[in-house]
Amino acid sequence: MATKGGGLKAIRERILQMGPERHKKRVKEDYGKLLCRERLEILLDPGSIVEDGLMANCLEEELAADGVVTVLGKVNGRDVAVMANDFSVKAGSWGQRTVEKIIRIQETAMRLRIPMIYLVDSAGLRITDQIYCFPGRRHAGRIFHLQALMSGMIPQVCILSGPSAAGGAYIPTFCDVIICVDKLGAMYLGSPRMAEVTIGEKVTLEEMGGSRMHCSVSGVGDVFAENEEEALQMLKDYLSYFPQHCFEKPPVYEPAEPEKSIEDIEKVIPENQNLPFDMYEVIWRIIDRDSWFEMKKLWAQEIITGFARIDGKPLGIIANQPKVKGGVLFVDSADKACRFIRLCDAFNIPLLYLMDVPGFMIGSKVEKEGILRHGCKMLYAVSEATVPKISVVIRKAYGAGLYAMCGPSHEPDACLALPTAMVAVMGPEAAVNAVYYNHIQEIKDPKERMKFVMEKQKEYREQVDIYKLAANLIIDDMVVPTQLRSELIRRFAYYEKKPGELRYPKKHGVMQV
Amino acid sequence: MAEVACPMAGVVAEVKVQPGDTIEPGQELLILESMKMMIPFQAESNGVVREVKVNVGDFVNEGDVVIVLE
Repeated sequence: MATKGGGLKAIRERILQMGPERHKKRVKEDYGKLLCRERLEILLDPGSIVEDGLMANCLEEELAADGVVTVLGKVNGRDVAVMANDFSVKAGSWGQRTVEKIIRIQETAMRLRIPMIYLVDSAGLRITDQIYCFPGRRHAGRIFHLQALMSGMIPQVCILSGPSAAGGAYIPTFCDVIICVDKLGAMYLGSPRMAEVTIGEKVTLEEMGGSRMHCSVSGVGDVFAENEEEALQMLKDYLSYFPQHCFEKPPVYEPAEPEKSIEDIEKVIPENQNLPFDMYEVIWRIIDRDSWFEMKKLWAQEIITGFARIDGKPLGIIANQPKVKGGVLFVDSADKACRFIRLCDAFNIPLLYLMDVPGFMIGSKVEKEGILRHGCKMLYAVSEATVPKISVVIRKAYGAGLYAMCGPSHEPDACLALPTAMVAVMGPEAAVNAVYYNHIQEIKDPKERMKFVMEKQKEYREQVDIYKLAANLIIDDMVVPTQLRSELIRRFAYYEKKPGELRYPKKHGVMQV
Repeated sequence: MAEVACPMAGVVAEVKVQPGDTIEPGQELLILESMKMMIPFQAESNGVVREVKVNVGDFVNEGDVVIVLE
């Protein structure tokens, strides 16, 4: 083999061509995937790539770069570190150099404090090489160890456009966001073949670990992409809301007017507390046009979590969705909100809570699922967050729902309310029933009974009237609905200057999980 | 044959389909009274109703099958 002089150029050229032609053909034609370096070309600014470890395993003809490409590059002018599995080289599997390269690019990202991007497409560890890449100090386990240490320090972003098996599935899962490509992406601890052999289950890859399943059922996936090009564009959009690391503020863009005029906002919020409405109709009237990146859109849809900009400045929105399951908080909705709040807080992205919440779900089903544990987790994240935060009672805020959505007790910089707001331990129907249950049962005449209930409900409504709460300074201000956006802009401009709040020094809290 | 499961616990307040009806995504199947609210529950896929397994006033738990499709 030529390894000197002109030989170097030829070898590098061969490596840049990736795996053997027959494998590349399979990747493109059988799987319908982009090749590893094609992905990098779409993702990174032209001419920005600096590559390390190109020569890894260069003495082996068919192991170009040892199956992973690790580079520094720019996304819309901003520095990032990238790890991209090459499926045309031994199905993107990991050998000794593959693992060392991944660890090194992670260490580089930490040192430079720049986002770490993982383009995952790998069959897993090469079993034949296991003693060189599985058990040791700088072997595969260290990739996940570093991911945990990097978490909250620099953004970690993943596109799943191929398999990610067994331990390898922890790479996506440790990221802040997983963008899953339809039909191509899959994550699982045990493959369908292994499931059949070890537990006797017959199941397809798509059913068990496919992109759609993870984005709509398990909640492990965050964003569902129709194809790879869309996924790469989504990754760029996602990063536009983020700073390079946790000690920076997120970038500010040109302000834009909302997609829908706020003038008719009152029309989209029914006064009858029991009627559902679509919270997106409120969101589209307050955020800048074309600034919306939604997380876990297909999962736990009774709560909406997404990044937006108001007046060009990024913020994270947590909004109850009364249109789905009445906007009630469940085990999964609490998980979804908790994760999102911590993500925003880690990277200095202000929080906006939009409330229309009847409370946490009750009943034996959710108690057995540990709704207390999950609710606790959401409350914990709300309390911990020190970024600028505003909560707005759009309509109802009952019970612990008020706390979980950053009500007055949870230190928002301001808790605002629209005139349609109702804040109470519970709604009028439930409250009257709870207080007067025996008395109601004693009234024999149905008409009389109904009259009594209606009267008491009216009294109750008066007791918890939002003007009364405002008069008692329970909330910080009431807002004319059509002025909500301008009010938020003016307030955030003050709150964004606050330093991090003082907390008791400690190692870390003991959050429920 | 597909089964439609109830998304949350509550009491059936209204059933809006009957056997033989063709349904499409987004169509209201039933209204559930839960957490002191009337919560509409919509179809997620196309189909023809073969059987409605609940009546007005029934308690249904999350995950219970309420409608069977052809």
